[in-house]
Amino acid sequence: MLNNEYDAIVIGSGISGGWAAKELTERGLKVLMLERGRNIEHIKDYKNAHKEAWDYPHRDIPTQQMKLDYPVLRRDYPLNESTFGMWVNEKESPYTEDKRFDWYRGYHLGGRSLLWGRQSYRFNEEDFMANAKEGIAVDWPIRYEDLAPWYDYVERFAGISGNRDGLDVLPDGQFQPPIPLNCVEKDVAARLQKAFKGKRHLINGRSANMTQPKPEEGRANCQYRAKCWLGCPFGGYFSTQSSTLPAAMKTGNLTVRPFSIVSRVLYDKDKKRATGVEIIDAQTNQVIEYKSRIVFINASALNSAWVLMNSATDVWEGGLGSSSGELGHNVMDHHFQVGAAAEVEGYLDKYTYGRRPSGFYIPRFRNWQDDKRDYLRGFGYQGGAGRDGWRRNVAELGIGADLKDALSEPGNWSIGMTAFGEMLPYHENRVYLNRQVKDKWGLPVLAMDVEIKQNELAMRKDMKADAMEMFEAAGMKKVRGFDHEYYPGMGIHEMGTARMGRDPKTSVLNQHNQVWDAKNLFVTDGACMTSASCVNPSLTYMALTARAAAFAVEELKRGNL
Amino acid sequence: MDRRELLKMIAAATGAAFVGNPLAWPQDQPNRTPIAFSKEEVGLLNEVADTILPRTDTPGAKDANVGQIMAVLVTDCYRPDEQKVFRQGMAAIGQRSEAEFGKPFLLLDKPQRNGLLSALNQEAYRYNYEQEVKMWELARPGGMPGDTSPLPHYFTLFKQLTLYGFFTSSIGATQVLRYVAVPGRYDGEYPYKKGDKAWAT
Repeated sequence: MLNNEYDAIVIGSGISGGWAAKELTERGLKVLMLERGRNIEHIKDYKNAHKEAWDYPHRDIPTQQMKLDYPVLRRDYPLNESTFGMWVNEKESPYTEDKRFDWYRGYHLGGRSLLWGRQSYRFNEEDFMANAKEGIAVDWPIRYEDLAPWYDYVERFAGISGNRDGLDVLPDGQFQPPIPLNCVEKDVAARLQKAFKGKRHLINGRSANMTQPKPEEGRANCQYRAKCWLGCPFGGYFSTQSSTLPAAMKTGNLTVRPFSIVSRVLYDKDKKRATGVEIIDAQTNQVIEYKSRIVFINASALNSAWVLMNSATDVWEGGLGSSSGELGHNVMDHHFQVGAAAEVEGYLDKYTYGRRPSGFYIPRFRNWQDDKRDYLRGFGYQGGAGRDGWRRNVAELGIGADLKDALSEPGNWSIGMTAFGEMLPYHENRVYLNRQVKDKWGLPVLAMDVEIKQNELAMRKDMKADAMEMFEAAGMKKVRGFDHEYYPGMGIHEMGTARMGRDPKTSVLNQHNQVWDAKNLFVTDGACMTSASCVNPSLTYMALTARAAAFAVEELKRGNL
Repeated sequence: MDRRELLKMIAAATGAAFVGNPLAWPQDQPNRTPIAFSKEEVGLLNEVADTILPRTDTPGAKDANVGQIMAVLVTDCYRPDEQKVFRQGMAAIGQRSEAEFGKPFLLLDKPQRNGLLSALNQEAYRYNYEQEVKMWELARPGGMPGDTSPLPHYFTLFKQLTLYGFFTSSIGATQVLRYVAVPGRYDGEYPYKKGDKAWAT
């Protein structure tokens, strides 16, 4: 039994799990990190990192068989040859949909930290106060000031590139130099400043792609290959493997156990404490118990809720943390797939060199300061300009040498952007255990019952119209708006299923991410989010995790856990 | 990090790519079925592709063996109904050639091939417009299972496969276009003069 005892157990190895492991081990705790999928070793296992399109049997196109085997993944861009095997096997791990929900999961060491979009923005002061001011859901139990030093801390370590723009709506951080804008984007930025009297800003995207090396961590800066999703052999972007895992390993305090599916948190109902976890070995089906003084759940928002719902069901039918009635509820994502594209005249003596892993960002301007709309909250845009390549339409050229010559040269410049909008936390948007359907290991699966509502639909009109208006104002040509279908989950920003709050009656976690019903149990991934803001959330998970881990260790030392 | 340090990392990483655990990434290589086309048929596809993207002062589709990747993509990435249209298209090109010139496509000279396929290209645009087929030349080859939206004219399939197969080939990407594996920096105001090649990606 001795071998199965640790100071802390971390469930999950993605962005937040990696941070939990790093912070806890660096403070001297013996930590067991459990990962349900296989191991992926930094650099060595990035098998495709140096492959080119012509190295793939189907030139990176999915086969019909792949599409048949991955009915969810095929709905959107992630199904291809280069990242094949990096997304969950849908036959082994199904889920059910009361309403369509696109769930993209990475079941392997590092989780989606290897596959994320890397855009890194701080929530602002208003983001933490909006629920209370507007009477939406519940108030965050923390404010921006509580998190600011932790943002500083994680940004410095993770390596975030960005410009210090001095905007209240998008607080500056501890940035490396930004990834540059190109000549067209710079001009558009200047024209927007003028046209909207300094109220709309086109800025450099802020990204967890480094522009300066961190030799002390064995990481080089971004090489502009745009192959992040294949695993970066330079460590150019933040992932568990490139960043937090090596730091945790260096302490000598970390044990990583792959192929470990946590089936439940063990709970002592008399002491109201978690005592460890039960796992199923994914390869042998062996059931094993591990004991610990504290447990961090970082299994990704929906799976963290799953673990809680499947735990202590002898005490609460709905599982550990369900006493508030909020566990699994308030599911949020960012709604997007709406924006505009346009053609750009001129700049034909300019081109780009290098493949940028980021682009421009336009921070929220709706419902900000004196702007008032008929919906709540707002949205930001991510986009980029560039010269068209061989995929452009040259219908008039027919076939032959003319066609080939034309496609051998770059086309005109074009520009496009898509908005990411805040989704409100609705109690009725929920996930729950579907015990009728079992996964490969006989465990119940999640059922999804989530939709966007009137507020989001009203916002989407502005998301499209404002994009068109800005491109028109900036002198772009043939401006066309688009609103492609969006379904919850597509943003891959799942949040809210075990929210933080001030009252155990209306929230699952307190202000330190402790489960109200088990104070030595922490949830610090997207599940903990009380509201979604409109900015990409991963940086906030990092900051919340580092903060909660520091608190947990202090409380342990004080004998409070 | 200085340049030598970086090169060392590149070398380490490149070396590691060959000794990596074959099970790790990706988990499974997608199955490759033997292609459903004979050597002669691949030859015909190469000639059609080379008419669409011929050798000029730079290599053409046949130099990049585009016929081969067309056959692979049709075999593995096409739905059965797409395969059928493609197959019928191969036969139709042969029949058109016989009807107009009294000989198979392979025996036509360059202007004849160009004339025949240019006419088909025009017909395809008209057909696609009437059938309300959208943007097919620019999409990635192969549709979704169960999608019943109208398929494009068969020549559009040939053209799409040719463009995709050629510009994602090593020859197309590095000799006809430009490609730098490790750019190392981003320049958003890179000088350009007419005639400079486009980046492959």
